[in-house]
Amino acid sequence: MSEPLYHFINARLVDPATQFDGPGEVLVQGELILASGPRVAAPPEAIIINCDGHALMPGLIDLHVSTGEPGEEQRESLSTAGKAAVAGGVTTMVLQPDTQTVIDDAALVDFITRRGRDRSLARVLAAGALTVGLKGERIAELGLMADAGAVLFTNSDRPIVSTRIMQRCLSYASAFDALVASRPQDAFLSEGGMMNMGELASRLGLAGISNAAETIAANRDIQLAELTGAKLLLDMISSEATLPRIAAAKAQGLDVTASVSVHHLTLNENDLGDYRTFAKLSPPLRSEQDRLALIEGLKAGILDVIVSGHDPRPAEEKRLPFDEAAFGASALETLLPAALILYHEGLIELLDLVRAMTLAPAQILGLPQGRIAAGAPADLILVDLGFPIRFDASRMISKSRNSPYDGRTLQGKVLSTWVGGKKVFSALD
Amino acid sequence: MSPDSPPPRAPFTKRHLLQIGDLNRLEALELIERAEVFLPFTQAREKKLSTLNGRTLVNLFFENSTRTQASFELAGKRMGADTVNMAVKSSSVSKGETLLDTAATLNAMGPDILVLRHAASGAAQLLARKVSCSVINAGDGTHEHPTQALLDALTLKRSFGHIEGLLVAICGDVLHSRVARSNVILLSMLGARVRLIAPPTLMPADVDRWGCEIYHNMLEGLAGVDVVMMLRLQLERMDGAYVPSAREYFRFYGLDARKLAVAAPHVKVMHPGPMNRGVEIDSDIADDPRASLIVDQVESGVAVRMAVLEALASHGANEEADDV
Repeated sequence: MSEPLYHFINARLVDPATQFDGPGEVLVQGELILASGPRVAAPPEAIIINCDGHALMPGLIDLHVSTGEPGEEQRESLSTAGKAAVAGGVTTMVLQPDTQTVIDDAALVDFITRRGRDRSLARVLAAGALTVGLKGERIAELGLMADAGAVLFTNSDRPIVSTRIMQRCLSYASAFDALVASRPQDAFLSEGGMMNMGELASRLGLAGISNAAETIAANRDIQLAELTGAKLLLDMISSEATLPRIAAAKAQGLDVTASVSVHHLTLNENDLGDYRTFAKLSPPLRSEQDRLALIEGLKAGILDVIVSGHDPRPAEEKRLPFDEAAFGASALETLLPAALILYHEGLIELLDLVRAMTLAPAQILGLPQGRIAAGAPADLILVDLGFPIRFDASRMISKSRNSPYDGRTLQGKVLSTWVGGKKVFSALD
Repeated sequence: MSPDSPPPRAPFTKRHLLQIGDLNRLEALELIERAEVFLPFTQAREKKLSTLNGRTLVNLFFENSTRTQASFELAGKRMGADTVNMAVKSSSVSKGETLLDTAATLNAMGPDILVLRHAASGAAQLLARKVSCSVINAGDGTHEHPTQALLDALTLKRSFGHIEGLLVAICGDVLHSRVARSNVILLSMLGARVRLIAPPTLMPADVDRWGCEIYHNMLEGLAGVDVVMMLRLQLERMDGAYVPSAREYFRFYGLDARKLAVAAPHVKVMHPGPMNRGVEIDSDIADDPRASLIVDQVESGVAVRMAVLEALASHGANEEADDV
């Protein structure tokens, strides 16, 4: 047998697929996991990797990542995004179509997929644009893009204003059983808004974006999903008020899932402080009450997936007056340590937290990874869960270092990252 | 106490004046008291002091404001400072230079005080983090206009002898008003009771948490008040976007004799200017010397800005800027 065998021993296996969190071993051959369990018999030629009791878990799958490639590589290229991803424990990332050249046809999906394979250390999957040029006017070639490998379709953060077009998009997508992701935000209510609407925005003199802007749009899209039978992912939910509607849709048996960004689980509007543009995000950071409700929503299974919402912005787009600064945060490297805040604070079980970044997104996209099981791709990360980091944004790997966690103490460090049985990152390097 | 003698009590500890909330009650009172000392001096024949001799004040106005800019310029000159007006619109900004680029350039010229007017909320905070001199916020977006609130407080003190216990109604476009935000904080700090009067579309979200009384009916809101502060309503906000029309606005929220009649008999009327006569305020009232404090406000403006300049200068300029 020419393919190398790796025998991970002394690990704390964290596998949401089997609900297993305990001491164990994993045997990897070539690109795949061969076996896993409390004890795994390995042939003598297997290379032993001693995990020293640290957590060995499936590599993270991030459903919401933007880069600048093609067109704005100064923000982030597929290569730098890939490096940042694997350093942060992300082994699969789904790229938003909102690049300068919008990913709205099959050739571009193919370009992203191939370019990702060549340049990125993490697996790259493309999300296709739901409408041509993300303009919200004409349905993009969803079928052809799906054939080319697009795993979902979205209009990114540009709301489809016309309810009729949205209905047709969902209706058409259902023919291909394609997943449609919607960032629910009413275009009119959110127009000109800079942060969460409320007392703080009023005091700071910044235009607000109300919770209703999200809830109204989410309601619309859920109703359209019901009407069309489409698979809908409500992307990056930020408001408590939206949760009951999602819960109702799920109870009704609709194929509706929802994601939340790690920022909205760990930060609130007060992190804007003195007009800190690094905390200017879309959707905006909400109140503490919303944040706590989102955590409950995650535990209750109303929210399925945690995403990074990685949106790299160079300094010149951020070091501006708040009104003029870009939305977004560079987040691939902080996804895991920030999410672990919830675990360390005792707000959520480790398995539930890890599931939202591994198995849950894998199931939504129908991917084989995201679990530690025989036959699954050997996408694994070894994590020192308690390792304290004083997070210094100036040392980020991503090309853009706009992080709202700059200067914060986080816990959790990726020691090594494996994609398809290959070690692509080691903290020791 | 003379304008030449040093200010009375503890030295001013702040490096910038960015928002009223940065001041404590004592500091605000001292600025107002000090401005009172400067007031008679602004009417004297010989108007020049030497307090700021050799210091440089730069007016950096990204929005046009004839009166505020002139007021700062006069205040600076009367304190003996060299004042420079940067006509920003006609210079580099149109060439794509950002606020921070401009700041870095100005900083290299070594001014002692930068006075900033900018259309974006928080612009003064941003500038203050990046320059090594003092920054005075002369109005940032819809956030704050601290010297306006101080001059309004001085005007009230001159007229009533005190601020504590006054019932003040602020009427008009509270949503977009930096003057209202600064005044609510300062007047509440100084012990006045503040009412806000506006249609709901011109009220900020969660305004009920500002500690003011909220009214949507002007006759109810004006009942028994000592002071009416009118706010300017931008003409473009009266085309149906926030209120249906100028005439409907004037009918329900414009200050006229009929509405003013429900206020206290000694009521005084203020306006930060420039006024839209016949839209938010009737000319007869604006020009009535018995009721209107509008001219006094302008006079107070120079004195208050002199006091602010003196206070900031006493703190000492040219410290290191934060890491850019």
